[in-house]
Amino acid sequence: MISFLGRTGQFTLEQIAAMGRMFSFLVASIFFAFRPPAKIYLIIHHIKTIGVESLSVVALSGFFTGMVMGFQGYYSLRKFNAESWLGSATALGLLRELGPVLSAFMVTGRTGSAMAAELGTMRATEQIDALDSMAINPVKYLVTPRIIASLIAMPLLTAIFDVIGIFGSYLVGVSLLGVSSGSFFAGMEGAVVLHDVYSGFLKSLSFGLIITWICCYKGFHAPPMATGVSQATTESVVLSFVFILIWDYFLTSIML
Amino acid sequence: MIRVANLHKSFRSQRVLKGVNLECASGKITTIVGTSGCGKTVLLKHLNRLLLPDKGEVFVDGVDITKLSQTELYEIRSKFGVLFQGAALLDSMTVFDNVAFPLREKTQTSESDIKKKVDERLEQVGLGRMGDKFPAELSGGMKKRAGLARALIMDPQVVLFDEPTTGLDPVLATSIHQLIARTQEAFGFTGVLVSHTIPQVFDISDYVAMLADGVIEEVSPPKAFRTSTNPVVQQFIQGKTEGPIQVL
Repeated sequence: MISFLGRTGQFTLEQIAAMGRMFSFLVASIFFAFRPPAKIYLIIHHIKTIGVESLSVVALSGFFTGMVMGFQGYYSLRKFNAESWLGSATALGLLRELGPVLSAFMVTGRTGSAMAAELGTMRATEQIDALDSMAINPVKYLVTPRIIASLIAMPLLTAIFDVIGIFGSYLVGVSLLGVSSGSFFAGMEGAVVLHDVYSGFLKSLSFGLIITWICCYKGFHAPPMATGVSQATTESVVLSFVFILIWDYFLTSIML
Repeated sequence: MIRVANLHKSFRSQRVLKGVNLECASGKITTIVGTSGCGKTVLLKHLNRLLLPDKGEVFVDGVDITKLSQTELYEIRSKFGVLFQGAALLDSMTVFDNVAFPLREKTQTSESDIKKKVDERLEQVGLGRMGDKFPAELSGGMKKRAGLARALIMDPQVVLFDEPTTGLDPVLATSIHQLIARTQEAFGFTGVLVSHTIPQVFDISDYVAMLADGVIEEVSPPKAFRTSTNPVVQQFIQGKTEGPIQVL
């Protein structure tokens, strides 16, 4: 019994220490964002990696999500003779919830895992030590530009997801199922307020931070071996998904 | 000069360094030898505080670097060049960009001056026409040479070499040793080299230090080291399995 309590206590202390290390890593990454010189060329490079290179997968998933919402929304709303509300239902669902969350999932799978694997490999091959030994802060050089880039790219990707999703829903609802085009857009215009857009924007911004923070942390501290890199990659994706969903709940409850 | 005093380091329950004392003379090459896994690289990584000791001090030009803030530490690290075991070239950059990297990041040198200096260093290490290659396109020996060029680009006062010839054939290993000796003579840096390729490494060393069981067993010039009466040194030099060094 005592040994069980001891193990539980040790496990708890280790988890608290790990969380502390994660938060101090985040604080350091943000701190370096305000210390010149800014690595503009690295930020642009990572905007391309996180944003431009994720564009196709985000657009595709947005399109199909919107189409599914078109079908499901039509099916549900028809029960109440409210098919004309399809536009507003889709827009609210995408702008407030599905757009930020699903595009964050896509970016985690597409870019977050690659970040963890790249930094993990750099750790294993002593490239991070090499930066440190050249008196170049590896967090400032490797992590901070990625965080800034994700803060810029994530809201843009989410906006693209939303627009393409609404277009997908329009295609299904209006072109396929016969909902009136006028009522589709009129309902959307009446129901969506600026607060809904802000809410989605804030979520996408914070999800961008969460993804980069967790994936960079896991990669940066990966055990220096092949299994260490794969473990870090898996953990970074799973933990990002979990954090995104938990943080989404809190933000939704605050901003509803 | 680098001086290590009573250095202790453990990883979880494994005690690697158990009170290391060592002095590395300025402008000379000190080679740390010892069996695989005895803690040579761990000791080397303490010399520019890539690792922080559990106990003990590391003095660089009289300054205890274990107690420095990060800003102060980075000033000290600017005096160092490091050649890592696998060269640790940044694989997203060409050889030229790797060697130019410290100049671009740490100085205000113009691109034309950077090009001149990088080309000169690459020429010195025999990679004059390899600047536009990526690390993945280089052989092991070429990577080490590129790593050496990068380590020397800031004209360091101290260069740390972590097993520079591991994984290379004897001919290539000798050429890397000669390159280290030649560059040391040209630049006059203090060299600390970790290796277990004996006796070849004796030819370029001014002092040889033997690390065994977490402590420095002996430090002496190569000639005296070879004839040492210390049984640990003799077992290592002769490659015997029986003796004070425990072999699994």
